[in-house]
Amino acid sequence: MNIRPNRSAWRVAAVVAVIGLVAAACGGSSSKSTSSSTANTSGTNTASAPGITATTITIGSHQPLTGPAAPGYSEIAPASTAMFKYVNAHGGVYGRSINYIYEDDGYNPANTATVVRKLVLQDNVFAIFDGLGTPTHEAVLSFLQTEKVPDLFVASGCDCWDNPTQDPETFGFQTDYTIEAKVLASYEQAHYKGEKVGYLFQNDDFGQGGVKGFDQEIPSSDVVSRQSYDATAAGLANGLGNQVSAIKAAGAKVVMLDTIPVATALTLLAAAEIGYSPVWIVSSVGGDPPTLAGLLSSISKGKAGASLENGVISASYLPSFSDTTNPWITLFKSIHDQYDASEPWDGNTVFGMAVAYTFVQTMHAAGRNPTRADVVKALETDGGSFTGPGLVPLGYSTTHHNGYVGEQIGVVENGAFNMSGPVYRTTDSSGTPVTTYSGTQPAPPSTF
Amino acid sequence: MLSAGPLRRPLVRHLVVALVLIVVLFLVSGTLSSYNNFQVALIAAYVIAVAGLSLLTGLNGQISLGHGAFMAVGAYTTALLETHQHWPLALVLALSAVTAAVAGLVTGLGAARLRGPYLAGATLALAVGLPELTIKFTSTLGGESGLPVNPPPPVSFLGASFDPNRYLAWVSIVCVAVTMVLLANLVTSRFGRAFRAVRDDEVAASLSGIRVAGNQVLAFVVSAACAGLGGAIYALATGIVNPAGFTLVLSIAILTGAVIGGLGTLGGAVWGGILLVYLPRWAESLSNGLKLNKAISSNLSLGLYGVVLIVVILAFPAGLQGGVRQAGRALRSRFMSGPGGAGSAGAGVPAGTAPVAQGAGGETS
Repeated sequence: MNIRPNRSAWRVAAVVAVIGLVAAACGGSSSKSTSSSTANTSGTNTASAPGITATTITIGSHQPLTGPAAPGYSEIAPASTAMFKYVNAHGGVYGRSINYIYEDDGYNPANTATVVRKLVLQDNVFAIFDGLGTPTHEAVLSFLQTEKVPDLFVASGCDCWDNPTQDPETFGFQTDYTIEAKVLASYEQAHYKGEKVGYLFQNDDFGQGGVKGFDQEIPSSDVVSRQSYDATAAGLANGLGNQVSAIKAAGAKVVMLDTIPVATALTLLAAAEIGYSPVWIVSSVGGDPPTLAGLLSSISKGKAGASLENGVISASYLPSFSDTTNPWITLFKSIHDQYDASEPWDGNTVFGMAVAYTFVQTMHAAGRNPTRADVVKALETDGGSFTGPGLVPLGYSTTHHNGYVGEQIGVVENGAFNMSGPVYRTTDSSGTPVTTYSGTQPAPPSTF
Repeated sequence: MLSAGPLRRPLVRHLVVALVLIVVLFLVSGTLSSYNNFQVALIAAYVIAVAGLSLLTGLNGQISLGHGAFMAVGAYTTALLETHQHWPLALVLALSAVTAAVAGLVTGLGAARLRGPYLAGATLALAVGLPELTIKFTSTLGGESGLPVNPPPPVSFLGASFDPNRYLAWVSIVCVAVTMVLLANLVTSRFGRAFRAVRDDEVAASLSGIRVAGNQVLAFVVSAACAGLGGAIYALATGIVNPAGFTLVLSIAILTGAVIGGLGTLGGAVWGGILLVYLPRWAESLSNGLKLNKAISSNLSLGLYGVVLIVVILAFPAGLQGGVRQAGRALRSRFMSGPGGAGSAGAGVPAGTAPVAQGAGGETS
């Protein structure tokens, strides 16, 4: 007869461990959130809408905290949270604290559908704020319209958010890919006219929107190579060497990049490996210097570093994180140091704070006891004249829901992003030329 | 009671149990919130897929790491037929299962000579490669952005204000019941006995007159159909199909769910489905409760999956369902036999042998 080891003790221990894990898990709250108790209730605040109480406003978001899009983008929501904490500490909005719940969707649209349903149906958020990603947010677009939840400041430059007839709840924020591409391409034409150009773009709405804009300004006879990649683990697993080699073989002297940070880094590394150094002009989506430096170093396991990104040209609709003379950057940096110090300080941080600031402006404009419809109306009526950290106006009106209308060019140098020259504006349509915007950016208000 | 008269026949027994469960679950669904009904639909989708895979691997001994691809086939079929063509829901669901079954037939035939790790490798290639087809045929299959899937509108007699999420939950409950009845009948039939014979000893099964290759392909087809139906419901619930939703992680997750739940048992599929939907949520709650560093908390759910898998395999090799059965047997023998006796012996038998004997019972709960 076999002597069987006594398994019952193991089993008991295992059951206890699993039950303990599960019990501990059920105890916590189900998402990341900020809330503050320093609300000055004036007594006239009411619970005017789902997600709004007399003392709080609750908003939700879906963000890629894990997965291929996480590098860089995972800093945005903590930066917004820091801005909301600052605002809450200074009286909130009409005395209400902003409670920001953001969920990880791993850049997988099926997860986005699940977490946004949780936020809207279970957490009863007042609005979805800064939902990140084009394919991810597209998965929940019709759901949000059906549920009539304001869908504010989508963190994606797709021009598909500018559709007030079909998607009245949805508003873009950043300069859309086509406008940005037109600005970058008109800079290319101004400085490298006649040179051979290559495109390397992400094979989705982001990249294809960019190509649309590039083609409006760059004559097609100049474009000698068009390469694309898929923003999936499989598409990026082997680097972008094939695409970069093809562009080099075609003889391009200037390469227009519509790439996410990890793809930009892979492109720069592949080019360094084959000794190819064209002029790189990259979308703001994939051009943040600290993010790139970190990726260059980690992907190459320390062999390459930030030097590869020197000279890369990009553009931005917000002041550069490295511009210490700009009063908005000074303010954002102090908020970062106080509330968000464990996160890096870079363009993603500035973005997160800028969009959070814009939300605070919107809630002020919507009135003391707004309904969801009031917020949408406030953006359409007043949003176009908001002034803030942006270098150009927002494009909001009753007929347009797109965000910033232009950008300023900058160059990456030694880890900083130095912006100079005129600020450009345009629209998506091929009839509109790229013109300069001559407004000045105001200083931040003393209270908000 | 269950051995009286017509209830002695397995088919009737299964139908009765299924009907009772449908009624109970419909009533429960009525008390749940809209979001919880949505979660019921997600769980149902996974339960169906896991049940098929559990049958294939536990009962027929074939390991498949590619069932996420069959879910994708069913999901895309639903997207194309339900949203593009507006076909009736029941037909769409049936066709999703059928197309996935066809894919399973092709795969099963192609992999008929493969065993063990070689079969796993071939199905792994399927899991990685099939979703890439959607990027190749972007115009019809939506490419990376994918295709939207309209939520099924409730049938008119339920009234205009019937919660679509509750309707979705009801539809998915019915699908689970239908699947479980069909699988339970299959398992108790001669096909089910043939499956187990092939799993245990192919040569002996062949000598007994079972056509081994045909039997294995049949198991593949049935399990692929289940995965297709699960994928269809998943698509209807989330409202989107796209390649990022059907990665290798999904295939492994379904297999994990089947193993943790109890390989070869239908009850185990229910545990597996619940776990697949709730484990990521629990992991998030845990990391928030412990206020962990963000780098750790973002990846905690994957780590927790691994921990739960290891713990369950060590403690209950037959999965949670095996553990439940063991507890049931221990309780029963304690009450039925005298002091000492069968009770302690029951607890001492390694649970690994349980599915062989219990699989024939064709549990539906």
